[in-house]
Amino acid sequence: MHVSKKNIRNFSIIAHIDHGKSTLADRLIEKTGMMTQREMQEQVLDKMDLERERGITIKLKAVRLNYKSKNGEEYIFNLIDTPGHVDFNYEVSRSLAACEGAILVVDATQGVEAQTLANVYLAIEQDLEIFPVINKVDLPSARPEEVVQEIEDIIGIDASFAPFISAKEGLNIDKVLEGIVENIPAPKGDEEKPLKALIFDSYYDPYKGVTCYIRVFDGKIFPGMKIKMMSTGKEFEVIEVGINTSKQIPIDFLSAGEVGYVAASIKNVKEARVGDTITDAFNPTDKPLPGYKKVTPMVYCGIYPAEGEDFNSVRDALEKLQVNDASLVFEPETSQALGFGFRCGFLGLLHMEIIQERLEREFDLNIITTSPSVIYRVHKTDGEVIEIQNPSNLPKPSEIDYIEEPVVSASIMSPSEYVGAIMELCQNKRGIFINMEYLDAKRVNLKYELPLNEVIYDFFDALKSKTRGYASFDYELKGYNRSELVKLDILINGELVDAFSMIVHVDKAYERGRAIAEKLVDIIPRHQFAIPIQAAIGSKVIARETIRALRKDVLAKCYGGDITRKKKLLEKQKEGKKRMRQIGSVEVPQEAFLSVLKYDEKK
Amino acid sequence: MKELGVYIHIPFCLKKCNYCDFVSFSSNDKKISEYINYITKEIQIYRNTLNEDYIVNSIFIGGGTPSLIDSKHLKTIIDEINQSFKVDSEAEITIEANPGTLDNTKLAIYHEIGINRISIGAQSLNDDILKKLGRIHNSYDVLDAVELIRTNQFKNYNIDMMIGLPDQTIYNVLTDLENVIKLKPTHISLYSLIIEEGTLFFELEKHGQLNLPNEDEERIMYHKAIELLEKNGYKQYEISNFAKEGFECRHNLKYWTLMPYIGLGLNSHSYIENTRYSNYSNFDEYYKKIKENKLPVSSEEYIDDISRMTEYIILGIRLNKGINKKHFKENFGIDIEDYYKDAIIKNKQNGNIYEDEETIKLTKKGLDFSNIVELDFYI
Repeated sequence: MHVSKKNIRNFSIIAHIDHGKSTLADRLIEKTGMMTQREMQEQVLDKMDLERERGITIKLKAVRLNYKSKNGEEYIFNLIDTPGHVDFNYEVSRSLAACEGAILVVDATQGVEAQTLANVYLAIEQDLEIFPVINKVDLPSARPEEVVQEIEDIIGIDASFAPFISAKEGLNIDKVLEGIVENIPAPKGDEEKPLKALIFDSYYDPYKGVTCYIRVFDGKIFPGMKIKMMSTGKEFEVIEVGINTSKQIPIDFLSAGEVGYVAASIKNVKEARVGDTITDAFNPTDKPLPGYKKVTPMVYCGIYPAEGEDFNSVRDALEKLQVNDASLVFEPETSQALGFGFRCGFLGLLHMEIIQERLEREFDLNIITTSPSVIYRVHKTDGEVIEIQNPSNLPKPSEIDYIEEPVVSASIMSPSEYVGAIMELCQNKRGIFINMEYLDAKRVNLKYELPLNEVIYDFFDALKSKTRGYASFDYELKGYNRSELVKLDILINGELVDAFSMIVHVDKAYERGRAIAEKLVDIIPRHQFAIPIQAAIGSKVIARETIRALRKDVLAKCYGGDITRKKKLLEKQKEGKKRMRQIGSVEVPQEAFLSVLKYDEKK
Repeated sequence: MKELGVYIHIPFCLKKCNYCDFVSFSSNDKKISEYINYITKEIQIYRNTLNEDYIVNSIFIGGGTPSLIDSKHLKTIIDEINQSFKVDSEAEITIEANPGTLDNTKLAIYHEIGINRISIGAQSLNDDILKKLGRIHNSYDVLDAVELIRTNQFKNYNIDMMIGLPDQTIYNVLTDLENVIKLKPTHISLYSLIIEEGTLFFELEKHGQLNLPNEDEERIMYHKAIELLEKNGYKQYEISNFAKEGFECRHNLKYWTLMPYIGLGLNSHSYIENTRYSNYSNFDEYYKKIKENKLPVSSEEYIDDISRMTEYIILGIRLNKGINKKHFKENFGIDIEDYYKDAIIKNKQNGNIYEDEETIKLTKKGLDFSNIVELDFYI
């Protein structure tokens, strides 16, 4: 089970979306014979349906492969998969920190793209050796030589040795395997030193408790050992260590350079956070591994059971998800429009959408989500400072001295032709320009300070649309800035719907209010009476739209006594009605609550 | 003995109309003979399956275009019904006929086999609109058809008309109806065009190529039409149906009052002995079942008391006389005011229904929103 450190290779695969990362992972797993063809499901690393559909990896995983090289020696490959989205950037950086190298997959037809660059920079930041491979050379439009040149020109690394492969067709996968041996350095580290291991992923297993994926840098870890989490100081006894092949195989120990899993009767993922360092409780290492940070939610929204859905089943589902996802937080709250529900915190918008979708799919729940919000600091006239994430809790204007909002440092990498469009967008989102750096003749890195509440609104979609998907976007919380913020309310048929309330900058209120009112006009079906939709700040109405009254709603005749057809139609309409929220005498479809947040291409 | 209605579907047309989503095919005489043969067998299967004794007091031959096929086929069917069931001597026997497909020979046989009511599918008297609808006739054919029917001593005939048609104006509707009234039918049906998926109109509408009147205009057409027809002695008795006193269509009334009927032929529907049946809508499966001596039904639904109560309301509310509270209580043993309290309150507030001591019925406004009312009463 154990081989000499010099025969271990720890690496990730990085790529722009759709360049073939998962397919290559599949081939490596298949060619090293870890699974038979029959056992092999397509893209084994992406386990969740959601991940497969979106083509992104949400939770990362590690798998161990055995490889016999042409030089006759046996190698162990630890392939560590990474999530592919800025919301999970921290996890990405931690899993890269567990590696010595990265395979960079570039599509032979598309060449270097935004995410290629962003990922390479993340890898270089972690001092990883980059091993480029050119994929999809079987396609008629493949131009592998040019792409090699692009990699050298744009990224500035040697790509002359990059194998030309087709992961889909299984072409030249052996060259990749040999290349891993040759190009990715063996791990360093000292078995004799005190234990120092990095948690790069953790998940809850109902039988074993929390299982941590770790990379051992120094020392050894074995069952029965007393370990300590360095960020919390909490101690646990190791129950099992092992490696992940097609299944988990317990082994006697993991030592410096190795990757595997640890189970230690840990009850909650919060006690085994990604990025934390595990050490020997009796003989601790002097310094934890660098880079640990506790991830905190940046975006909040209300999640409510939809009509006919049970509050308790939503709570149970959130609890189950939280066991596996330390970055999800929630607490109960109530809304006048939506009843009892939860205020939930997320890493970002994608994280929020993923949780919503998992609630709906894996738990089969019908939920309604409210406009996302960030945490505002409200300085009251009486000197008290309160933090609020639910716009409904904003004190009366007379009690507010001033409000501060969170601001992020954003870095946007993009081909230079989109600089104008990006600057315009950032300007529009109340961004403050910090600097612009040319990475090379064609690519720039723009730095902006942006209010987080603008970022969570529709920044991402707008950026994608304005740069045709070429720009990559990364942000981290910088601090709080004083700002002119107001609470924008939406009234439907004269009734304030708290679920739509949001805190916005005073200069944005009119535009935002009108946009929401217009969207609601499209989404709310016509009723027998005209419905005014108003956007208001306090008692001042700043925008108004009207849903015209319906003139007629008559079903077709029951020809030839076909009552069944009529009943089916009524049945279908009744189902549709179930997905409506009654607000006063108005029926509001549930999509309305989310759709007001979506970027509108027309703008 | 229970009264029974019989519907016979003749799914053949010279050409499908541009708005039609009913089951119909163009055909040759061999195929028609085969189909008629199966219908007669279906009648026998029903005779052998039904548990109670029935007397047929309404027959409705619909389509498609029943007037298109050779009358001997109709004779075969009616003869078989007479053999298998007791038929009331006063039974209402209707056939749908399209202008341009009738002649003296056909009408003579209709008389002979007991057909006593003819329903003429005119739809409009405007030639441009008829063309747009894809009808094979023009307005003169309608006048000819009525003339022919009258000279052949048919006194009870309906004329089908439509509103909300492409390029149709309110003026068109009213002049058309004035002309229809001059033709002295006993009954007038007035349907709103509904664009159904799978029709040419659906595609045209999707691409904005159908110049339909807007909702407001369409409703004005409807209400002005009601006014005009009522003024001329055609009393509205259902959302789309008008008749001279005593000439309400007995067969169609059965659909709305939960009376038993059997439907013969492709895609027909039956409601009998507490069960609703839907027949197969393709020839092969329909024939196959009949060959096995089974009812050719693709689906059936048992109507329990709750479903029956729901149906009673959603169908009954379409009738102008509305729902009789006493009759409801006699039928279901509960008070309609208690059971449908919310739906009644809401729709009274919205002005959709009118309620007094005896009845609940649609108001003039409610005629425009019958679907909303039905949905609120649908359990």
